[in-house]
Amino acid sequence: MANNIDEAPVKLTAKDFSSGQDVRWCPGCGDYSILAQVQRSFPEINIPKEKIVWVSGIGCSSRFTYYMNTYGFHSIHGRATAIATGVKIARPDLSVWVATGDGDLMSIGGNHFIHTCRKNVDIKILLFNNEIYGLTKGQYSPTSAKGLVTKTSPYGSVDYPFNPLSLALGAGASFVARTADTEAKHMQEIIKRAAEHKGTAFVEIFQNCVIFNDGVFDPITDKVNKAEKMLMLKHGEPMLFGKENKKGIKLDGFKPVIIDLNNGANSVNDVWVHDEKDTSHARAFILAHLADDPELPTPFGVIRQEFKPTYDEGVERQITHITEKKGVGNLESLLFNGNTWEVN
Amino acid sequence: MAQETEKEILDLKEVTIRFAGDSGDGMQLTGSQFSDTTALMGNDLGTLPDYPAEIRAPAGTLYGVSGFQVHFSSSDIHTPGDTPDVLVAMNPAALRKNLVDLKRDGIIIVNTDSFDSKNLKLAKYDKNPLEDDSLTGYKVYQVPITTLTSTALKDSGLSFKDIDRCKNFFALGLMYWLFNRPLEPTLNWLTSKFKNKPEILNANETALKTGYYFGDTTEIFENRYAVEPAKLKKGIYRNISGNEATALGFVTASLKSGLPLFLGSYPITPATEILQYLAGYKNFGVKTFQAEDEIAGITAAIGAAFSGSLAITTTSGPGVALKNEAIGLGVMTELPVVIINVQRGGPSTGLPTKTEQADLLQAMYGRNGEAPIPVLAAATPSDCFYMAIEASRIAIKYMTPVMLLTDGYIGNGSEPWRIPHANEIADIPVKFATEKEGFAPYSRDENLARPWVRPGTPGLEHRIGGLEKANITGNVNYDPSNHDFMVKLREEKIQNVKNDIPDLTVQGNTEGELLILGWGGTYGAIKEAVDKATSKGIIVSQAHLRYIHPMPKNTKEVLSKFKKILIPEINLGQLAKIIRSEFLIDVLQYNFVRGLPFRSSDIENQIVEILGGKNGK
Repeated sequence: MANNIDEAPVKLTAKDFSSGQDVRWCPGCGDYSILAQVQRSFPEINIPKEKIVWVSGIGCSSRFTYYMNTYGFHSIHGRATAIATGVKIARPDLSVWVATGDGDLMSIGGNHFIHTCRKNVDIKILLFNNEIYGLTKGQYSPTSAKGLVTKTSPYGSVDYPFNPLSLALGAGASFVARTADTEAKHMQEIIKRAAEHKGTAFVEIFQNCVIFNDGVFDPITDKVNKAEKMLMLKHGEPMLFGKENKKGIKLDGFKPVIIDLNNGANSVNDVWVHDEKDTSHARAFILAHLADDPELPTPFGVIRQEFKPTYDEGVERQITHITEKKGVGNLESLLFNGNTWEVN
Repeated sequence: MAQETEKEILDLKEVTIRFAGDSGDGMQLTGSQFSDTTALMGNDLGTLPDYPAEIRAPAGTLYGVSGFQVHFSSSDIHTPGDTPDVLVAMNPAALRKNLVDLKRDGIIIVNTDSFDSKNLKLAKYDKNPLEDDSLTGYKVYQVPITTLTSTALKDSGLSFKDIDRCKNFFALGLMYWLFNRPLEPTLNWLTSKFKNKPEILNANETALKTGYYFGDTTEIFENRYAVEPAKLKKGIYRNISGNEATALGFVTASLKSGLPLFLGSYPITPATEILQYLAGYKNFGVKTFQAEDEIAGITAAIGAAFSGSLAITTTSGPGVALKNEAIGLGVMTELPVVIINVQRGGPSTGLPTKTEQADLLQAMYGRNGEAPIPVLAAATPSDCFYMAIEASRIAIKYMTPVMLLTDGYIGNGSEPWRIPHANEIADIPVKFATEKEGFAPYSRDENLARPWVRPGTPGLEHRIGGLEKANITGNVNYDPSNHDFMVKLREEKIQNVKNDIPDLTVQGNTEGELLILGWGGTYGAIKEAVDKATSKGIIVSQAHLRYIHPMPKNTKEVLSKFKKILIPEINLGQLAKIIRSEFLIDVLQYNFVRGLPFRSSDIENQIVEILGGKNGK
């Protein structure tokens, strides 16, 4: 297992990860699915629950920490990734997770988010993206679609939204993935992949807010639309979608286009094969922006995974190296260091 | 290096020298080298670096002048000196800006090479002050420092620019000669600093020695001066600045508590040095996190505190403004974290490189809600060491954020420090909860502190956060009576710190006509004023607060024994406000907010004025 964390001695179950607190999200909220998938997948990541720390900021998503029977810290708005960074640097032996929302992470916490990604701090960030401010009762967020009518945009929002995947890629996150609250099995797989990754793992989860932005992802994730609109990425496999997987994405230079495999003119060999480990940043960005063209499907799965030393490892390595070189620090010699003189 | 010279050496009790030049002239380095050498000679000393916020303001301008003042003595002293005896002016702007502070018959050493028409104009001189009678009364020594340095270095192979940069070492050498100091400490420093740049090393050595020999051979100086070593307490000493002492204090607290030290910080003048020092102590296990902003600095520290580290964050006033929400989180989650505010002139960006004491009310009340935290203030540069340890001890024992106030003056200023031995410093006890039986995250010990748990402890998994908590269980609770209970409990916990700190002591009579009450970095100026007044037969007492919230238990008793209390503060009366509201005792105020430490003579004049010739009897 990655993370240098001890194996769990006893096989845990989903129930072991429930804190027993009453869950207080609105009935039908997508957050219930995320909590369930995390609790179902955590027994399989083989990390003892006392070694897991959940950190959250403010918002509906951030209540998540109270429901997990691990160490937890429900903090202040936007600062979860900075607190998690402190936890991980201080204690590299812990598995550190952040539950956050689009306001918490992309707006007030934007600065901490990009710098966490840049430094490749070994923490896992689950973004509950519902494209709305829920806890403050329905204002547009930095991921809301342009034109969205909300309480603070009664004539439609004039803001352009962030593309969270693109932002994470641009900031240098070493693991970037997307899943949806409607895709239980897929989410569990992605959570396990994030847990195994060493470095900043960013997972965007399409999460439905039943009260203030209900159905915002239906055009993509709804049962009737998903075959045509969800592109499920698998490493080393061609990007196929549509009914019976008869459509594919082809890269025409830098331009992704849909090709039809039914008409005999195209073969599966023409289809873009997904490579998570692709070192070319260009293709990861093309994927992140695939659905900018409304004709194209929205990709789900691991967009990019890169292996590079983490920040916390770097800190530890430097301490070890300098300590080997200088010897373990001695207080007496530290105090009496430099130019001293004696008064008799 | 101390050579025989025919010139008579006059013994002085104390001297104040101010080095002044362009920001690029290396005056801070010159001043600190002179101070370190002077400390090694056994003098007591105080320093005041005074530099502009601009790194390299346009050369020759008045606002580009950088100064370093050092006061040294054969007896115990407490300030960087009110009025310099000697001014070293590297250019006309430095002369113009600093002349006003110089003693009336003081010594001026000027670099005549820089007194050309361009520099005179930049300094707003219509006429060359060296050529008219404007310096009458001063002892002026005109030295062509640039020319003499260039001549000495003409074969060095260095560029004109590099040669010009050595002229401060010429000036330093000359001052070493004039005040009878050895060259060795600076020569040793140069050797270690430039070991990989032999040509720079040689040039600076040559400039330093040339300046020294110039004093010896030239006819312009009639005398040399000497200041005997001070009769300080027996022990081993080093010269230390407040910022370095703060850094050493936290490393000490880390070792004495057995907790790894974590610093989350964002560079800000004048606190950055603490981060720089601590970044070098990796072999003490110190982890420094240079965060993306002030808020990440403290929130990362809070994360580290949650994980079982001794967690601190260093900043100055504007940084505290940004951190206050997170300090409130520390209050609510009851985690130990020390916030160090090296105060500077405000509001807003204010005077980044100048000192002030105007963040006391911010430290006390700057947060939303009832969010009490202990507030400590160091009195002198070396006191920063002890107060850093105290701040750590209180934070850990009471599970609370603690604010430690220092300021730009004591942070950058230095003084000789009698170094304590490691075994003379008390251990800081730490108790992590490990037993599942009976564990509750918001249960209380006898001091009302809640238990500290290291994540990774099996069976003690729990959740904390910024929402109001029920006592004992730590569950989220919005019940009105619970909130009232918790607000009062958090206040009571901080008040308990009272039982754990030393009494307020009085220097001089414990009752009488007048008490001077101070806090923080004004200690030295007040002490010197009170000492001088006392030596003139005036009866006046001094008390100095290092623990401001809560105050020592006997504070009211001490204050009530005096007819009048004067509080000098570099703000508009923040401690005065607190004293009045806490104790219903009225006080007199003395407030100057000039970005500079108090002059002890100004405080002495206040004492005389208040006593109205009554001598305090």
